[in-house]
Amino acid sequence: MSQAASVRTLAKAAPQGLVVNPRIKHAHYFETAARIITGGALVAVISVIVFVLGYILYRGIGSLSWEFISTPPQARMTEGGILPALIGTLWLVLLTAVFALPVGIATGIYLSEFAKGRIARFIRVAIANMAGVPSVIYGLFGFAAFSIALGFSKSLLAMGLTLTCVTLPVIITATEEALKQLPKELRLASLALGATRWRTTWRIVVPTAAPGIITGSILGLSRAAGETAPILFTGVAFFAPTAQSLMQPSMALPYHLYIMATQPVRPAPHIVWGTALVLVGMLSIINAGIALWRSRKRKKLKW
Amino acid sequence: MKSAHHRLDISRMGFSRTADVVARTIISVVAWVAIVILAGIAAFLIQNSLKALQELGLWHMVAGSDWFPTSANASFGFLPAEVGSIWVTAIALMLCVPFGILAAIYLSEFANSRVKEVGKTIIEFMAAVPSVVFGLIGMTLLVPLIARIFDLSSGLTGFTAGLCVGIVCLPTIISISEDAMHAVPDELRQGALALGNNRWQMAYKVIVPAASSGIFAAVMLGLGRAIGETMVVLMVAGNAGIIPTSPFLAARTMTATIAQETGEVVRGGLHFSVLFVMGLVLFTITFLINLVADSVLERQRRRWRR
Amino acid sequence: MVDSEKGSFTLEKVSVTYGKEMAVTDVSLFIPARQVMALIGPSGCGKTTLLRCLNRMNDELGNVTVGGKIILDGVDINSPAVDPVALRTQVGQVFQKPNPFPMSIYDNITFGPRTLGIRKKGELDAIVEDTLKRAALWKEVHKNLKKHAFELSGGQQQRLCIARALATSPECLLMDEPCSALDPISTQLIEDTMEKLKNAVTIVIVTHSMQQASRVSDNTAFMLRESMEEPARLIEVSETEKLFTVPSDPRTEAYITGRFG
Repeated sequence: MSQAASVRTLAKAAPQGLVVNPRIKHAHYFETAARIITGGALVAVISVIVFVLGYILYRGIGSLSWEFISTPPQARMTEGGILPALIGTLWLVLLTAVFALPVGIATGIYLSEFAKGRIARFIRVAIANMAGVPSVIYGLFGFAAFSIALGFSKSLLAMGLTLTCVTLPVIITATEEALKQLPKELRLASLALGATRWRTTWRIVVPTAAPGIITGSILGLSRAAGETAPILFTGVAFFAPTAQSLMQPSMALPYHLYIMATQPVRPAPHIVWGTALVLVGMLSIINAGIALWRSRKRKKLKW
Repeated sequence: MKSAHHRLDISRMGFSRTADVVARTIISVVAWVAIVILAGIAAFLIQNSLKALQELGLWHMVAGSDWFPTSANASFGFLPAEVGSIWVTAIALMLCVPFGILAAIYLSEFANSRVKEVGKTIIEFMAAVPSVVFGLIGMTLLVPLIARIFDLSSGLTGFTAGLCVGIVCLPTIISISEDAMHAVPDELRQGALALGNNRWQMAYKVIVPAASSGIFAAVMLGLGRAIGETMVVLMVAGNAGIIPTSPFLAARTMTATIAQETGEVVRGGLHFSVLFVMGLVLFTITFLINLVADSVLERQRRRWRR
Repeated sequence: MVDSEKGSFTLEKVSVTYGKEMAVTDVSLFIPARQVMALIGPSGCGKTTLLRCLNRMNDELGNVTVGGKIILDGVDINSPAVDPVALRTQVGQVFQKPNPFPMSIYDNITFGPRTLGIRKKGELDAIVEDTLKRAALWKEVHKNLKKHAFELSGGQQQRLCIARALATSPECLLMDEPCSALDPISTQLIEDTMEKLKNAVTIVIVTHSMQQASRVSDNTAFMLRESMEEPARLIEVSETEKLFTVPSDPRTEAYITGRFG
């Protein structure tokens, strides 16, 4: 019945072309509105980050000089540079890399290549949860576990271990994702040649996934460079000369930024913005480099 | 010529077999590290909380309305910090949930591949910007602005902190809900378009419902991130240890309280232990949130696998 | 002096079960050494599953159990004394899609020999040259063995995969529809290669194409899964010539005359 009716309307309208239901016309307005609203949200988000970066560049560029990077603070932190904080942060990243890379990559390999069933699920839940633990809780844990229980006190080592815990889930997930993207045939080809599972993993799978593993890990480590809360109680110093051993406390860029920015008396804005620029600039360069490398790799590799 | 039996001899592969077993054993042991760390966090938090739990009782702290940890007649009520956390988190979510989901819809359903790649890269970068930096920008620009707009004596309020935290949480919400929508099979899109829907109708009638559990998980993870954010709050919330009856008053969250005081208290004292109780409460809340989000995500993953 | 039995398979009542579902049952088959055996049949008839039993690749897929006996040179390859890893150096495999490793041609071929502990440069060089010649790829690539395997064409990649499989000097080569992703000219080259290879190795090829089976094989086995409820079975096996001209089973006849599949 209704079918007959619609056939009739079509027939009637045929000379003028396709029938356009007014509701469809309406829907086109919605379509446009939706594009504008959702696109607007994206533009808003992106402009926030672009603005933040631009503003830091604008305020910080004036403070930037070789002297700023290469000298320690002077005149009660109102003059001078940020050398000890910069070196401290580099040490922390290096320590985190030393601890977190082997463990994180091994775990990622295990999850992607060997783990099955319940155990794998259990470990994955734990990793997802680790990623969601607030960073200040890692600070408390690191303080209780590394500084007090293990006796590392307030030191680079305690901070490095704490940041390792923060970074591990990122590295594990990045490794697992990179390995999972490889086709199954690659593994089968190696197994069919009489290679063991481990040889297949170590000689074929991991080298092939290496770019993904490396970039993901660097991104994870670059987060460690910007974390403040985990090092608050484990050894970051308001002022300290460049550490001579792993058992000494140290300055770090994000904490230096925090402490300088919240200084109620005798503020030194040029130091604040210079520090912010150095920190953000470092992370921007790393991120941009990786983004470029990745997009080039993506064009080259095809499965 | 070697005999056939010799050729299939297992001893010949002995070395690589051993290497295989050893390497697999090592990494399967190492893989437990995540579980060990999580268990370690719980254990150390509980161990250091015991003193306060025994002397004061959990309820006394969680429901106590005064936070005067250093006065002669010290009281350790968490309510000021809890209410502060609730204000900041609520305002953060009101900002980042709508913006985040809308932006994710655009990235997943409307953007062409080039915009998508650039957009996702920028969002990923945003996640890498340290939260102290957002705190600094908030202090410098947002705080005076809020004071002027709402005619407040100080712009250091829970509301201001909420806005900044909302920005910090945006990348989490965008990338996880974009992933969820991306995982919806293309057949569903084509099916919806073939029925005469335009892309927007397809997005809200088909894609968003199909990805709803993933979007829900994104919101949960954003929530966890907001509750746990520390540095921004420390810098812009105003740090007042009283119950903030309005978001336009200075506030202090649980995270900020821990961050502010743990470094200064006597190790092993009551105050110290109380701060660990606060950490334990925070850890439990975020743990539950993460567990819910993860199980929802896992169910969605299983749904699209076939 | 060649031992005429080396490289022959005897299958006795072989069955394959995925989880609880039986996929293939009751296959008894003799695969003579240094000849080409083709496995044909409609898709889903268990050809590839059966092929993967011969180098125990089913072990890697999990949840697969193989029943019956598979005897290679007098050894039951499913007995606990046999290491599947060692077995696979003797029974090579070429896959449906070319799957070279993302490394140079040279490294692709030497991966297998290195697994066997061969490290000497001279020895490896000799293997590379020998296998590339046997796989009819030497002329095209000998000037640049360091070239990345991904820069080769699809047909060249597949011949590289054949060379790679030959590098562990296997007695038998399993080929799982090796030409299905290739153009006719590459297919021709690979079929010519097979013709030469069978002087030295036993070849078992799974193929969709009856024409290919009739061109390259000495013997052909026809498999069929008659309904979704039943596992696949071996219907008929005989000399290729005979199977395609005077099939003894009506179902074989139906298949080769194109009435189903």
